[in-house]
Amino acid sequence: MSIRGKTLYLDQLTVSFDGFKALDGLTLQIEPGELRCIIGPNGAGKTTMMDIITGKIRPDSGTVRFGSDLNLLSLSEPEIAEAGIGRKFQRPTVFEQLTVSDNLELALAGDKSFLNKLFARPTSEQYRRIDEVLEIIDLAAQRELLGQALSHGQKQWLEIGMLLMQNPELLLLDEPVAGMTLQEIERTDRLLQSLEGEHSVVVVEHDMDFVRSIAKRVTVLHEGRVLAEGDMNQVQSDPRVIEVYLGG
Amino acid sequence: MHKYTTVWVSARKDTGTKWFLCGLVLIAIVLPYLNLAVPVSSAFHLSNYGLRLVGKYFCYAMLALAVDLIWGYCGILSLGHGAFFALGGYAMGMYLMRKIGPRGVYGNAVLPDFMVFLNWKSLPWYWYGFNHFGFALLMVVLVPGVLALAFGWFAFRSRVTGVYFSIITQALTYALMLGFFRNDMGFGGNNGFTDFKDIVGFNLDSPRVHAVLLVITLAMVALSYAACRAIVASRAGRVIRAIRDAESRTRFLGYRVENYKLFVFVLSAVIAGIAGALYVPQIGIINPSEFAPLNSIEIVICVAVGGRGTLYGAVVGAVLVNYAKTYFTTAIPEAWNYVLGALFVLVTLFLPRGIVGLLSYLRVLLRGRRGAIRLFRMEADKLEPTRK
Repeated sequence: MSIRGKTLYLDQLTVSFDGFKALDGLTLQIEPGELRCIIGPNGAGKTTMMDIITGKIRPDSGTVRFGSDLNLLSLSEPEIAEAGIGRKFQRPTVFEQLTVSDNLELALAGDKSFLNKLFARPTSEQYRRIDEVLEIIDLAAQRELLGQALSHGQKQWLEIGMLLMQNPELLLLDEPVAGMTLQEIERTDRLLQSLEGEHSVVVVEHDMDFVRSIAKRVTVLHEGRVLAEGDMNQVQSDPRVIEVYLGG
Repeated sequence: MHKYTTVWVSARKDTGTKWFLCGLVLIAIVLPYLNLAVPVSSAFHLSNYGLRLVGKYFCYAMLALAVDLIWGYCGILSLGHGAFFALGGYAMGMYLMRKIGPRGVYGNAVLPDFMVFLNWKSLPWYWYGFNHFGFALLMVVLVPGVLALAFGWFAFRSRVTGVYFSIITQALTYALMLGFFRNDMGFGGNNGFTDFKDIVGFNLDSPRVHAVLLVITLAMVALSYAACRAIVASRAGRVIRAIRDAESRTRFLGYRVENYKLFVFVLSAVIAGIAGALYVPQIGIINPSEFAPLNSIEIVICVAVGGRGTLYGAVVGAVLVNYAKTYFTTAIPEAWNYVLGALFVLVTLFLPRGIVGLLSYLRVLLRGRRGAIRLFRMEADKLEPTRK
């Protein structure tokens, strides 16, 4: 595979909230073009990890590097987004009062300064990109609908589409299939598979069937640390994982 | 077809804007005519007092417009916008005070009366330059603008939002009010400035001058409306609405949310300052009560009554609410605060999109039952997210 993009390194991340260690020496590495699933019981630190990567939370100690040169801990959220990391929230967050195509247009990669947005029009190439992403996320027929008119699943796809508009090298998806119907899950499955190789994708998910169907590599988090890593079968037969999930 | 247009094109196509601007032009022609050309004996004559009242209403309308830009489109609820209005007013008031010159009670050519009364020997440094009209105009824009820039820079960078932001804006205007009440601040204490004589050489007792001031006020309302409309209709306006609806999503898309907020906040403060500067020569007085927190809250109610997030709704709301205020404070003065409170509750409960929302509802109602049902659904959908 010819893969553009950078490796994401998390090294010895520790963060605590009021004495509770949400992350406790987390070390993780995501290769370019990889589709990685991260699972773990509630409170394992999955969302905290995403918050740190995207700059929402600063860790107490540890490092986050994107590629060999970029220290994410010194960047703000918009700078991290510009560096090529897109994030989908746990609850779908689209702009309800804007149309589907306006949602995508907002997410266009490029100059996001006030003056540029006040005077410049999108180029025809950017219009093509909007059309292209509408096809990828299967919402071409809904392009003029307001965000709020979409179903739950469609909102999730629109949000993924917004990430694609930014042309990110790494996509972080927090529970992309939560609350979806079976058909919607299948559709999301295909969508994510199609991204593999072009973008690194990190998926945090509770739905085991979904994880089994998409991931080649799975990381299990527990109490802020990596408990196990490997393919789904390896991970599921690991006695420590069984203990965490079923209770010792 | 692709519909993204530049600022200028989208503003030209807007029919609502055309009607609104035509209305302003109509008022600018008819009211001065009724005041100056129609004889006093006629039933259609508009008194000098009436003309000044209309001027005052439109100054408040301009302030409401400024509040609607940040509240209706960017979700920033400022409960201290009266501060920027008053600062603009004070800057204009300082010019008018200096122009009184030796015609004051104490006949001092340089010092305003209150300074002579306080036994001050010379003009404080911050009064320098205010004898020039151009300098005063610059300060009308600069003082509210710089304050909003500094205040907004700290508030937005620290991500102060929602009710916390509203509270500190109340504190801002309250603190300024206390400051301006003090005699040794050099702004006339609780009496403020009054007894103005003339503005750029024109006598402020003349009805003609007031007619011109009204026309200038209406022109400034139109100009600030056009500027706000152009911004909210642009792609930047879409980002601003996106910030209102999902701030952190916008941030993760790579927008520097605080810069966008800061821009609209400063612009809004400047519009408020200009409104204040137009208010003072027409009303003939400015004192610290203009900083009262209640004033700022009243303006927010005006915006809610007219229709938040529509711009012309803010203007309509401010004119109507202030007309009602004039009526009630003369007819039953003690009732006004209750009327204002009741108005806010009723509008929030029954007219969440204000008068403008009601009008567009009625318009479709007249087109038949099916249209009405469709609109009702549409409106119900629209309301959901703003109610959080």
